[in-house]
Amino acid sequence: MARPGFVLEVDDRTPPLIVHNGEGFLLERFPLGTRVVYPPEALPAVRDVDEAIQNALLNPIESEPLPELLRPGMRLTIAFDDISLPLPPMKKPDIRQRVIEAVLELAAQAGVDDVELISANALHRRLTPNELRDIVGERVFRSFFPDGKLYNFDAEDRDNLTHLGQTRHGEDVEISKRAAESDLLVYVNVNLVAMDGGHKSTSIGLASYKSLKHHHNSQTMIHSRSFMDHKASKMHHSAWRMGEVLTEHVKVFQIETTLSNDIFGGPIEFLQKREWEWSLKDQASMLGTKRALAAAPAKVRHKIFTDVRANYGLTGVNAGAIEPVHEKTLEMVHRQHLVEVQGQADVGVIGVPYLGPYNVNSVMNPILAACMGMGYHFNSYRGNPIVRKDGALILYHPVPYEFSQLHHPSYVDFFEEVLAESTDPATIEAKFEKQYAEDPWYIHLYRTSYAYHGVHPFYMWYWISHCLDHCGDVVWVGANRKTVERMGFRSASTLQDALEMVSHSVGRSPSITYLHNPPHLIADVR
Amino acid sequence: MMLALEMYRSPAKYLAAKAVGGRIPGVLTGPAAPLRLVTINEPKAEREGWARIRPILSGICGSDLGMVTGSTKLYFSAVVSMPFVPGHEIVGELLDDCEDLPKGTRVVMDSVLTCAARGVEPCEGCVSGNTNRCDRITVGHVAPGLQTGFCRDTGGGWGNLVVAHRSQLYAVPDGMSDERAVLVEPLAGAVHAALRAKVQPGQSVLVSGAGAVGLFTTLALRELTQAGRITVVAKHAKQRELARAFGASDVVAPDEVFRGVRRSTGAFRLKQDFSGGEFLLGGVDVAVDAVGSKNSIDTVLRVTKAGGRVVLSGMPASGADLSPVWFRELEVTGTYASAREEPNGRPAFETALELAGRAPLDGIVGARYPLYRWREALDHAHSAGRLGTVKVAFDVRAS
Ligand SMILES: [Zn+2]
Ligand SMILES: [Zn+2]
Repeated sequence: MARPGFVLEVDDRTPPLIVHNGEGFLLERFPLGTRVVYPPEALPAVRDVDEAIQNALLNPIESEPLPELLRPGMRLTIAFDDISLPLPPMKKPDIRQRVIEAVLELAAQAGVDDVELISANALHRRLTPNELRDIVGERVFRSFFPDGKLYNFDAEDRDNLTHLGQTRHGEDVEISKRAAESDLLVYVNVNLVAMDGGHKSTSIGLASYKSLKHHHNSQTMIHSRSFMDHKASKMHHSAWRMGEVLTEHVKVFQIETTLSNDIFGGPIEFLQKREWEWSLKDQASMLGTKRALAAAPAKVRHKIFTDVRANYGLTGVNAGAIEPVHEKTLEMVHRQHLVEVQGQADVGVIGVPYLGPYNVNSVMNPILAACMGMGYHFNSYRGNPIVRKDGALILYHPVPYEFSQLHHPSYVDFFEEVLAESTDPATIEAKFEKQYAEDPWYIHLYRTSYAYHGVHPFYMWYWISHCLDHCGDVVWVGANRKTVERMGFRSASTLQDALEMVSHSVGRSPSITYLHNPPHLIADVR
Repeated sequence: MMLALEMYRSPAKYLAAKAVGGRIPGVLTGPAAPLRLVTINEPKAEREGWARIRPILSGICGSDLGMVTGSTKLYFSAVVSMPFVPGHEIVGELLDDCEDLPKGTRVVMDSVLTCAARGVEPCEGCVSGNTNRCDRITVGHVAPGLQTGFCRDTGGGWGNLVVAHRSQLYAVPDGMSDERAVLVEPLAGAVHAALRAKVQPGQSVLVSGAGAVGLFTTLALRELTQAGRITVVAKHAKQRELARAFGASDVVAPDEVFRGVRRSTGAFRLKQDFSGGEFLLGGVDVAVDAVGSKNSIDTVLRVTKAGGRVVLSGMPASGADLSPVWFRELEVTGTYASAREEPNGRPAFETALELAGRAPLDGIVGARYPLYRWREALDHAHSAGRLGTVKVAFDVRAS
């Protein structure tokens, strides 16, 4: 039986604790009294995945069963979450492959022959053919890709976008023309964190910049309290309003899947155990891994990590109307991730791992590192942040000056040009966003190469705006001083130094909360 | 008799003999140094229109350094007469009446020795007011020499006395400091370059280099044209700060030019396959090279949009790749000194005097040395950018 999340108070018997630190990890001794928040153990997985999928498709929530929605001559579009999920990527077969195969099976039985599959990548980079194949599986890939029926969404392809109208707040809803003109749009989602799914799938995944800018802006994101709770997130409110407009025009059959916390298996299983429960074998593999990583050249280390594939058990699959399906999903995600934490701390500590949604098969550049720590993990709360208002946040990551020109060309310019001018989200939004969003070179690279859209680094920066606004100090342990300073933060060599640096605002013996992740958790701060 | 720094080895011979790669103090103190501090006869001002001037401040120009270090082109050696006293950025005081200018007037000098100064029939360049294009710089009653400061007969600013012709002189307004006045000659060159660049309203401009030439050109472009974005390539912190103060919209580091220009102009960026060189499709409308190095020229040619204009303001090194000129149909033009009649219908010096009066030029003369400390002065000028100095000058009266 899985155990729930757990909060440990560090005492003299507590061993050093694992802290994720980019492509590696540290063993850190925390000050006595530090609260350590451990993620819950993996929930039990559904035993028969295919049966669970069949059951969801045939007994959907607030919808006719899928077979009743399928008829010959109809236009069917299947959209699916892109490579940014799940993290790390899933061992084969990917859950999306299993769902898509099941949907296609039913479509074939119903005599539907006009089917297209779209990766709902919004302004993310295009997926390579191999990456598409990893998600949909060999069979689906071979049947659809060569004919151009399996492809990436292109938010800059004006001819293939449709403006569906505006929300009651005047927000434009502009999405993939194919999706908009389909008789049925089936969305296949993977829900690793509560932020995804729901109306976010279609209204964001298949939308253009014109539509996205209504909620991906500093104003909205600074006021999005907890991205993990769509009822408290302004970004989600906007997506939900757009969803209303979208579903007036298009019939959507939403399929959401939830995964367990079973991420690190095999020799690195120790990464998801609690340190004081390590067996001798765990300790040996920890030491071995640590030594091997320390000795490995950067390239090898990078490969070791990018090759990690997670086991993930399926904890649930629900299909039907978007909103009730998403309710069920959230229930399951929260059951997997929520850990009750009593009160906020003066100091929050977060280890930033090697991987985030936007550097799969790529490099975690400084902006993405900031976004991982301050956008993603900091926002992994419900109710209140783990740090009190004006408290300090201490992050671990080397933050090297390293960019992928292939995947993140506009990030380099953003780092060199925009951040040199200002780090204030509202200022840079006003002065630079439009230029970057409309830069023909970025658009060209987004459409024809494998580059994130020119505006994407702005979104990453807006995402951290809540953290910037909330925390008084941000200090990175062991980070490149120059990259961190460019972003407006400070760096320290050790945790002790970092605590010293923030002592002017939080005092000499602050309360500390360490979020021990990944695996993922949501701190339910009471 | 007077004290002066004298260039006594011909640049051509010096260049041939020079040990390659020496740092400048080594060059200056070594046995091959082409410069010496000597007491020599004063130049004479006997002809009509000529007068004696006692220099107050004399700037050190990049072309002077090039000559002293032997990096100047051999091309140059045909139009100087040895030995000569260098120094062509001069503010000084008239020791004689000079036509309408009474003795005691503070003057600055357009150093080009044109037909008027040489007493010959004006050539085509001089007639049209393009005095910097004079074809008679080796004839007449003055020894060969393209400018004062490169001519045996006139003396130069790095000595206690210099003679000049009325056609070269401009009176300095009373309120203007010597430190500003000594900048008028390089400012005139910048005025000339900015007007030669023919920038149309709103056009984007790149200025490569933030030494005195680059900074003054930036200032002149901002003041005299309706340029849109001006991007300046600057290496050092102080240069970056000044570039902005002089009107740059963006400042980029040398290794950031392709990225910066691509960004500011929305151009496309290509990498060449083998050389690893880069290229923009699109780019700035006008680029000014104010460095003269192969690298700088290669860069400005590659970031100027097709049909654009490239202005070579520094003395160009050889070996730059001209394929962009062909492939992008660039218009490449040079600028040398300044003209009596610029495209705005006025002598560059008049415009430069106005600029010197109102521009934020305090502190631009960052160091003053007496003549006998010439080695330190030249060494300082050589490392000026790194040391945060724009202009080093000789304080001739203190010598
Ligand atoms: Zn000069
Ligand atoms: Zn002439």
